[in-house]
This record gives sequence, structure tokens and C-alpha cells, in this order.
Amino acid sequence: MTDLLAPFEQDFMQRAFVVAVVVGALCSSMGTYVVLRKLSFIGDGLAHASFAGIAIAYLRGANFYAGAAVATIVTALGIGFVHRRARVSLDTSIGVLFTAAFALGVFLMSRSPRATVDLQSFLFGSILGVSPGDVVTVVVLGACVAFVVAALWRPLLYTSFDPIVAQAAGTRVAAIDYALLVVLAVTIIVSLQAVGIVLVAALLVTPAAAASQLTKRFVRMMATSCAFGVFSAVGGLYASYELRASSGATIVLLATLLFFACLGIGSIRRAGLTGVRRRQRAP
Amino acid sequence: MTARPAPAHEPAVLLRNVDVRYDRVEALHGVDIELARGTALGIVGPNGSGKSTLLKVVAGLVAPSHGIVRVQGRAPRDVPPGTIGYVPQIEDVDWQFPVSVRDVVTMGRYPRVGPFRRFSAHDRRAVARAIDALDLGAIADRHISELSGGQQQRAFVARAIAQEPLLLLLDEPTTGVDAATEDALLHLVRGLVADGLPVLMTTHDLDRAPEWFDRLVVVDRKVLADGTPADVLASGAYAAIREHTHVHGHLR
Repeated sequence: MTDLLAPFEQDFMQRAFVVAVVVGALCSSMGTYVVLRKLSFIGDGLAHASFAGIAIAYLRGANFYAGAAVATIVTALGIGFVHRRARVSLDTSIGVLFTAAFALGVFLMSRSPRATVDLQSFLFGSILGVSPGDVVTVVVLGACVAFVVAALWRPLLYTSFDPIVAQAAGTRVAAIDYALLVVLAVTIIVSLQAVGIVLVAALLVTPAAAASQLTKRFVRMMATSCAFGVFSAVGGLYASYELRASSGATIVLLATLLFFACLGIGSIRRAGLTGVRRRQRAP
Repeated sequence: MTARPAPAHEPAVLLRNVDVRYDRVEALHGVDIELARGTALGIVGPNGSGKSTLLKVVAGLVAPSHGIVRVQGRAPRDVPPGTIGYVPQIEDVDWQFPVSVRDVVTMGRYPRVGPFRRFSAHDRRAVARAIDALDLGAIADRHISELSGGQQQRAFVARAIAQEPLLLLLDEPTTGVDAATEDALLHLVRGLVADGLPVLMTTHDLDRAPEWFDRLVVVDRKVLADGTPADVLASGAYAAIREHTHVHGHLR
């Protein structure tokens, strides 16, 4: 048992553990809305959009989180605005704006003689490199996201299920949609250092997709997704330490294994239910 | 914020010279309708005549390109949350969404309760009454994908009833439901109207219009007739829509 916990005796692993728990819980909880609203593409898009802010912050010597936050939130609001005003599909709006923001980041980096930064840490994360200050930032931002999601629980659920009737009943659907985009942007910013731009979308979508195979109730789906997210993040962190592999990639691979396990369990249960119904119908 | 009925002299719904355009297509032209409290108003017309658009204008889902729309004396988007109960014709929802019948009906209370207030005993009673009124007790804990078409329709009507609206908009609620469900809906709606609720409902079923409605309006982009069901059914307007409707089964 002592050997099993040995990695967590080191300070950097303890910090990584805290970040893994927060990121796992946040991404997978928000992922429930992402999966149910069919917004999987937006997680990927917003994560890539953050690169413009990261590049500007790096070149100006500013705070990484502040740069990523501005770029991601502006892109999130822009996606919502273009979707509603230009009457293009949400996918199209995401496709146009996230590639533009990502391209801006690449453009700025490519023109700067100071651009010796290791891009791989932005792209694939470096959870083992988080500082005590990063931990505080992640925990505070994570608490803010959790508070907003709890406060908007009812309108988020209603507008996710039936936005037209919710609007007729007086729910400000556009405001709730924008709030969800901003909260999603903050969740992605919190998660960037742990899993990186390329892999954060997987942590948003995969645990929730796995949970959807096991339950037909919203609260249970979010709780199961949250458990899967934390398990994947902590388990992946531990496995990456033992296997000396990339932590972000290991976290995502563990989440993917869970998804396929749940897919198998879900398929068996559905086949069983179909068989029972057939037997009940038989004379 | 609690919705209160408008003063008695204020109509529940007022449409004055309302036009609606979708790009270059005119869906409604010069529509004038007034609905008093405690009245069931039926809207009939051929497919594509603007019946559903009319309900969407009243619900605040579609903005008129011209004219005035008032619900309880205010623009539809300015009425307090929970004022308008709306049951669309075809529920464009994800039937795999992880909610039960009870969850769906409970959502009807959300606009009234708001994001922060806890559910009161009254809120829970409103949900329970709506479930009982639509006879959904035995299937209240089922997932929505396990329901028949009629049961799904009843669940969405129950959600609107649980909301305790001051105006009920029903878009062809009897389409695809069995005779028993239609009778139950008729009984429920007439009971609500008797309690003073104004109801605006579109339908294709003219046979039972006199049972459902106090007034009937024939719409084909504009109002062709407005009166008691007996008068309207006997009028030339009714004959005109009968000529070019394809729903001969109902418009006999």
C-alpha cells in the first residue's frame, strides 16, 4: 500500500492530483450538457481558440490563464453571436471562428523571434508541471464554474431538453446559451494545463458519453460522468507516472477504455431488455 | 415574480393587423383576433395556412413584421415567466434525453420557481395534480422514449398544466392520439376554460369543434371567418377551406 501511494509523496504529484480531481470532475460534469446538446465539436473548437490568447500572453509576458480566458470567452461569445445573427449552423460558426483564433495564435508565434516555447506542453498538457499558484487558480475557477452550473441547474436542464417550450414559458434561452458557452470556456481554460489543447475535448465528451450508456436519468448521468472523469484523470495520472508516459494522453486513453467498457455493458443490457420484451409479447 | 391575470377589461390575447413574413413568404396578413378569459378559441385552416405561426406569434417565438401582439396587455416577451403554456404540434425533442415523465412535468414549474427558489408544497402539488389530470401516474417514472405517441402528448400537456399558465396554447394536441386520450384532453381543456383559463388551439378535426370551442376562427394567411362553431361551420369560409384541404378524413 505504501508503494502504491509513493508517487503521491512528492509535492509535484500532490499538486497534479488536486488538479486532476478538479479537472476530471469539471470536464465530465460540463460534458453532460455538451453530449446532450450535441456540442462535442465546441469543446475542441474552444480549446484550439485558446491558443491565440496563449500566444499573446506568452509574447507579452502576461498571465497564461488570463490570455487563454480572453481568447476562449471572446470566441465562445462570437460563436453564439454568429450562429444567431448570421443564421448559420452552430457547427459552421464554430468551424469558422476556432480555426481563425488558432491561426492567429500560430501566426503570432511564427513571427516572433522569442517563440522558442515548447508547443507540445500547450498541445498535450503538462499536469506534472503545475505550480502552487496554478493549483489555486484551478481550484478557484473550478469552484466558480460549479457555482454557476448549480445556480443555473433548472434553466440549463429545461433549455437543453426543450428550448422552444422553455422560451415560450419565459426562460431567457439566449442568455442561458451564452452563459453555458462562457462556463464551458472557463472549464476548458482550467483543463488546458492538465490535458492540453488537443485532448481536452476528449475529457469533456468521453466520460459523459460513457455514462449515457448506463443510465436514462439526468442526475445519475451527471454523477456517473463525474465519477468516470475523476477516475480517468487520477487513474491516468497515476498510470502515466508508473509507465513514464504522457499524462494527458494516458488520462484520455483510460477514459476511452471506460467508454468502450460501458458501451459493451449498455449493449448487453439493451439486448437483454429486448429479449425480455419479446418473451413478454410471445403467446 | 408571480404571474397575475390582467385586469378583467384587458383581453387575454390581442392581435391587431398582424403580418408575419418568413423572408419573402408571407405567413400571416392583417390578422385581428381577440381572446377573452375563460374562452376556448379554435383555429382551423388548411395545411400551411399559418395556424402554427399564429400560435408562435402569441407565444413570442416569432416576431410579427407588422402589427400589435399583446398577451395579458403586454408584448409576449415581456409577460412574467410561466404566463404562457405552450404545447407544440410536433415535439422536436431528443427522445433519448435522460428524463422520465415526472421530470418532464416537473420542468413545467421551472419558469414559475426560477433558478434559486426551492420547490414549495404548492409546486409539488401542481406537478402531482397535472400527472393525475392526464392519467400519467402509472407511467410517471418511465423514460420518455418508452411512451406511445399519445402518452408523450399527454406528458407535454401535463407539463403545460403543471406550469399553471394564464394562457394555454395547444397546437393540434389531438393529432395521432387515440379516442380515449382525445376525450380526456377535451374534458380537461373544458374544465380549465370553465375555471377561467383562455385557450387558443389549432385543429384539423372540425367534427368535434363545437364540443371543444366557444369560438372558431378560419385562417388561410388571413382571417376568413370568426364566430361560433355553428356559424363558422355553416359559412362559406368553411366550404372554401374544405375545397383545397387534403385532410378529407377530418374536413367532411
